[in-house]
Order: sequence, then C-alpha cells, then structure tokens
Amino acid sequence: MSVLINKNTRVICQGYTGKQGTYHSKQALAYGTKLVGGVTPGKGGQTHLDLPVFNTVKDAVNSTQAEASVIYVPAPFCQDAILEAVEAGIKLIVCITEGVPTQDMLVTNLIVNEAGARLIGPNCPGIITPGECKIGIMPGAIHQAGSVGIVSRSGTLTYEAVQQTTDIGLGQSTCIGIGGDPLPGTTFIDALALFEADPQTKSIIMVGEIGGTAEEEAAEFIQSNVSKPVVAYIAGVTAPKGKRMGHAGAIIAGGKGTAEEKFMALERAGVNTTKSPTELGRCLTQALA
Amino acid sequence: MNLHEYQAKALFADYGLAVPNNRVIANINEADAAMEQLGGQKWVIKAQVHAGGRGKAGGVKRVDNKKDAHTAIQSLLGSQLVTPQTDANGQPVNQILIEESCDIERELYLGAVIDRSLRRVVIMASTEGGMDIEKVADDTPEKILKIAINPMVGFQAFQGRQLGFALDLNANQMKQLNKLITQLSALFTAKDLSLVEINPLVVTQQGDLLCLDAKINVDDSAAYRHPELEKLRDISQEDEREVRAKEWDLNYIHLDGNIGCMVNGAGLAMATMDLIKLHGGNPANFLDVGGSATKERVAEAFKIILSDRNVKTVLVNIFGGIVRCDMIAEGIIGAVQEVGMTIPVVVRLEGNNAAKGRELLSQSGLSIIAAENLNAAAHKAVAAIGDKS
Repeated sequence: MSVLINKNTRVICQGYTGKQGTYHSKQALAYGTKLVGGVTPGKGGQTHLDLPVFNTVKDAVNSTQAEASVIYVPAPFCQDAILEAVEAGIKLIVCITEGVPTQDMLVTNLIVNEAGARLIGPNCPGIITPGECKIGIMPGAIHQAGSVGIVSRSGTLTYEAVQQTTDIGLGQSTCIGIGGDPLPGTTFIDALALFEADPQTKSIIMVGEIGGTAEEEAAEFIQSNVSKPVVAYIAGVTAPKGKRMGHAGAIIAGGKGTAEEKFMALERAGVNTTKSPTELGRCLTQALA
Repeated sequence: MNLHEYQAKALFADYGLAVPNNRVIANINEADAAMEQLGGQKWVIKAQVHAGGRGKAGGVKRVDNKKDAHTAIQSLLGSQLVTPQTDANGQPVNQILIEESCDIERELYLGAVIDRSLRRVVIMASTEGGMDIEKVADDTPEKILKIAINPMVGFQAFQGRQLGFALDLNANQMKQLNKLITQLSALFTAKDLSLVEINPLVVTQQGDLLCLDAKINVDDSAAYRHPELEKLRDISQEDEREVRAKEWDLNYIHLDGNIGCMVNGAGLAMATMDLIKLHGGNPANFLDVGGSATKERVAEAFKIILSDRNVKTVLVNIFGGIVRCDMIAEGIIGAVQEVGMTIPVVVRLEGNNAAKGRELLSQSGLSIIAAENLNAAAHKAVAAIGDKS
C-alpha cells in the first residue's frame, strides 16, 4: 500500500518534448515509473523516449488509459494544462511549474475539486512512492521504500527529510511535495488524511514554512484526526519580517503565520517538533521509541 | 510588486472608484501649478513611498496655504521616510502627491486580499478605519467584517448589504459601497492584484464615500500579462542588490549578518538561515537560486552575495532535484575565479549529480571547504567566521 500512486499507476507527461519534460521523463523512466506517453500539441504521432506523443490529453488518455499526469509546461499555460487534464478524466494531476499566477488557481482548484480530481502543486517537486513510481523532479536515489509519510511545502527541504528517514532505516511510504504557492491543489490536511488512512504509513513528517495558516489548520486537524506519530519542522524562524505595505496581510493572518505561532500550534496538538532541519530523523526515532 | 499611492489611485479612477483630485510632483517647482490646478486653499501633502504607516511618521501633512505647502514638500522631497513598516534607513521620497482636502465625517477601512485558507478573494471592512487598524484586528477581531467572493459568480449585492448595514451606512452610501466593491473586484481580477487596501475609506460631510488612501500589491507571477503595470515599477523603492538579483531570476533578500548564503529552494534557504543561527552565526542574506538555475545565474548569485562587504564567509547549500550539482559547481568555480575570492567558501552538494559536482570542486584547486551534510556545513561556516575574528 501507499498513497495516491504505486507501481501500476499509468502516467503521462504534459510538456513532454520540452527540455524539463524530457529530462525528468527520462529520470522517471529510469526509476521505473510506468510512463505511458506524453502530450505536446502539434507533435502528436511522433515518438519521444520510445513512447507515443499525443496532441491532446484526451487522445493520450484514450490510447494509454493514463490515470495521472505530470505538467512541465511554462507558467502562463498551466491553468490550461490542468483544466485539459481534468476534462480528459485524469484523476491525479501533478503540476511542477513555479510562477503560476495566484488568481489562476482560484477557479482552477474549484474545477479540479468539482471533477473529483486531485491536483498536487503548482510549484512543487511532485510525489513519489519509493521503488514504485516517481512523478516529479525529486532525486530518486535518496529514497527508500518504508513507513514514513512525508508532506512538505518546500521541495528541497523534502529531500532533507527523505535523506534522514533513509539514513535511519525507516524509509518512506509516499512523499508528497504540496508546493509553496498560496493556493496549492493539495493541502497539508489532505495529505495527512491520506497518510492516516494508509496502512503502510506508520509515522508522518510534516515540513512547513512561514506565511499563511496552513500549518495551524493542520495542527487542529492532527489533534482530532491523526493517530500516527507526527514530527514537524517549520522553516523561517529567523526570517526577517521585511518591508510591508499596509495591514491587510497581517489582519487576514490574525497573528498567525509566524514560525513561533506554527510551532506552538503544532506542539499544542501533540506533534513532536524540532527547531533544526537536520534533526528530523532523530526526532522521529525518539517519537517512535 | 508594490505600487505608489498615486499609481494606485490612477487605477482606482480608471475603474470608477471615487478618489480625491490630485497631482503628483517630483520637483518643488511644480508645486504651485499643481495647487492652482487643484484649486481651493487646503491641500494634503503626501510622501510617495512603498510603505504603510506614513501618517505616524510625518509623511502626510495637511496645509491651508501655499507657504506651508512649500515647507512641507521641501522637508519631505529627497528625504528618507522611516515608518513602522520600513527598515531603519527608511524609503526615499522622490515624489509628492498633492491632494485636495476633504471634510471627513467618518473613517472606515476596506481591504481585499487572497485568503489562503478560504481560497477566495476576501473583502474586509471595518468602522474603525484610520491609523490603528491592526490593533483593532488584534484586540477586537469582531470589528473586522469579512465577505468571501466566490470566483464562479463574483461579488454579490447581498454581500455588499451585509457590509453596508454593519458599517451603518445610509441607503445612498449603501449603493455607493456596492458599486465601489464591484469596481474594486473587477480591478482586483483584471490586474492580478494580491492586495488592495483603502485606509481610510471616508464618509465625507457631504455623505459620500471617498477613497482617501490606496495601497496596491500586484502578484509578481502575473507580471508577464501586465506590461502596463510593469512600467509602474519604481526600483528606487527596492534594495539595489534585490533588483539586480531579480534581473537574473534570483530571489535575494539582504540581511545584517556576515555569512553569505546560496541555496536552492526557498524553504531550504530559510532552513539554512535557521541553522546558521542555531550554530551561533548570522546570515547575511536569503538567496534562492531557484529550480532552473544556470551556470551564469549561479555565478551572478555569487557576485551579488560578495558585493555585500559584511560577508566574511559563504555557505553554499544545494540539494539538487531539478538543479544539477555539477552545473552549480561550474558556476561557483567560474565566479570564484572571476572575482578573485579571498574568503572561505563552505559547500554542501547533495542530490542530482552531487558526486560529479564535488569532484569538480575538489579538482578546481580553489580553497573550498567541503561539508558532508547540512549540519556540518552550518557548523563549518560559523567556525570559519570564528577563525577570522
């Protein structure tokens, strides 16, 4: 068992023949991901990396029965790419691209939810079930199949958590990089609920960062809905407040959003926290002892 | 990206929101003409800077004759305005907004932001407009009224009525508020804004709503589809190194410490800063080289870090996912050779092509301190500072 993806998940890539799409599709294939084709409008009928290229996601789904899609198209075209995947019946859409306008995601998320699909990202490293399926840009070699579910807002910090859980021999059930954008398709709460329900996942690492209130909401959720041990780290304790314009951001946050506030909320919820990003593995070992 | 008040008010006017008549000047010689065009004998002199809290900092002055206006303008123009929302150096005042004065009955607050947890554009309003709105939000959050706009249907009249009754508006003002929020929502969506604030939104003695202040923040990710807004960027309000970094698609924020940081990923960059602090050091900057770094951008990032004279050592922390460590290594080597590096560089490379990157660095003949993990990297960087002092 794992979360959302496994060795049988049939994956296509949107932006398949582009530089990023090509590079990371090669890596995914080498990892063993069941990549079944790709989409690049105007290149339908060609073959790329020994797999068929399609003009539309619909064509790709019809020919390959793909269930998941990974998006590497430039930011201005991501909304279009996500909605095309939804319309073609894709149930898991992973958008790696960073720099997608925030307002594009207001409506996009509604449509994704309405269709019963799941979006991960944008601006994320993707999702991996070690040894089975890698959808995204994470370095596969640091992962190891195991029992820790990892969810993180930060790509590179996810890798730290992965490396440490590999080093202590626990490995990972599935790692979900939810991305750093203000309106992510999948939230901490979504990921936590998936890990709580997954028998393979025995413990959870959650990596958050300053800004927004997603970690505080996750803390509330953990308190009443998560029985598995959770270890958390929040990046940005030392980040300066920075120049501000007006008060609206502070008012909407209502005193939440700082690293201290997030740590406190998580500790109140019974989460084991660490102030050092290098102590996640050790902290988890202690929590499981 | 932030806009100046005068730019925000011009956008307001384009979308039909009521703003006072005004003129913007960059030179004292333009003051008389501006006041004559506006007419009357009472004006408000407002420093144009990218920061809130101007009122308390003396950046807004009411005058009732031209002589006082000149004095006010001369004291502000060319100065650095320090407000509770700026750093200690303040922001340069290069423009002054001269505005016709109005008679105020009440001061309200109106704001619009994208609320991350509701996943909606939220309009906030309060009867307690003016300078202490954050205190109002902290002490009496029930006085901040909120409505969330459903992106499928947009702002609805009933929502305006909810706010209008709570703000104790009369029937005519209620109509004005509905129109104002409709126009504000249209502006918010059309220009990809991430924040709008009207503080205060006043009720004049004539009984009309008027936007006395205007703050606008534009979503940088949407800049590509708003070349007209990009023209409004005022880089004099931004840190010089931050502007240079932006030209190279680097995310750099200057800090007061002495350990320069180059990291890939915003989260890891923040975590690296946290760790330097935990080890007793002080980061000189936040720098995220991003996921699609090239050799040239890495070299430029290095130069930007080194242009800060306080930097006594540099910590490079790369966990390659999308970015290749060998390419980062080439960038570092190129930059170090070009600028003639004399301070220690601690490098931690992990992930994609890390072995190749480490090999390139060790064969480069440069004095680079290799670190096997993030903890060791932070420890070595802090220790390197210790050796120097």
